[in-house]
Amino acid sequence: MLLISCPNCGSRDETEFHYGGQAHVPYPENPNELTDRQWAEFLFYRDNTKGAFAERWLHSTGCRQWFNMLRDTVTYDIQAVYPMGTPRPDAPAPAPESGTASTAADSTTTGTAAPDISGTSTSETSTTAPEGATK
Amino acid sequence: MAETAAPATSYEKNLSLRVTPAAQLRAAFETGSVQGVVELSEVSFLTMVGLRVNRTSDTGQRVTAVTGGLPAACGAVSGTGDTSVLWLGPEEFLVVAPTEAHESLGGDLIQALREALGDGEGQVVDLSANRTTFELTGPRSRAVLEKGCALDLHPRVLKAGTALSTEIGNIPVVLWKTGEETFRIFPRASFADFLGRWLLDAMREYASPEVP
Ligand SMILES: [Zn+2]
Repeated sequence: MLLISCPNCGSRDETEFHYGGQAHVPYPENPNELTDRQWAEFLFYRDNTKGAFAERWLHSTGCRQWFNMLRDTVTYDIQAVYPMGTPRPDAPAPAPESGTASTAADSTTTGTAAPDISGTSTSETSTTAPEGATK
Repeated sequence: MAETAAPATSYEKNLSLRVTPAAQLRAAFETGSVQGVVELSEVSFLTMVGLRVNRTSDTGQRVTAVTGGLPAACGAVSGTGDTSVLWLGPEEFLVVAPTEAHESLGGDLIQALREALGDGEGQVVDLSANRTTFELTGPRSRAVLEKGCALDLHPRVLKAGTALSTEIGNIPVVLWKTGEETFRIFPRASFADFLGRWLLDAMREYASPEVP
């Protein structure tokens, strides 16, 4: 079981949390202009990173607040916990598996610093192309 | 319960018909309690109000004046007299007050909170029926809770006067340490029966002599 450090409540059992999927996936600025393919990619396509992965978590049994977390999907090492709406922190010192770690960082940093407030649908940011949501 | 003295009005009749979520366990709580070791009871019908407000805003200040404080951080409890405010989240609190504070019994707490909120951002919701209250007390109460709660309950970490949202026996609860050996546990009504039985089971070993 993971021990997750909630920014509000401190260290708690993983069972008190819910996983919220990949972080930094901005809502498309003009959803109506998307093709079905692009919309499907926004809705359903996510990175499958091996290594450091930025993801959203909800402390559902505690303070009921969302936060972002940088977690290594191989070692489960939690590298950073940071607030919603703030950019992904720089990846810490490279993990032993340097090869996979570098591609992983590459694929997830495309998500911008969009204030992606707990997955709600507002996105007043100037993130550009709708198709860029997950690519 | 209801069939004793004939109530004078439908209002009194309604009150007399109220049943607590763990009323069916009352006898079991009595027989399962080990006097002076660990005792379990249900506290009936406390008034509880869900409060969502930014405590530093003007609205928050007005609400603070009614409750006698809003706690600032996880675990903190504030309040005055017999009204307590438990921290649930950065802008979410649970007000706990005696039964008589409820407006159905002539109390003015909820109305005062509503007026303090006014049209400011936030909400005041009567949640008195949402949760029931268990009181677990005695020198073994911590040992009972430790069977199903992952928090560090040792007194050097968990001080009396601290309230935390967590899980006990996989049930989401608010756990409030009200005294050195006394805990109040707030499970939602639908979990009260399960958690009551879970606690009774966890208490059972303390009725027997300790195995050296
Ligand atoms: Zn929390």
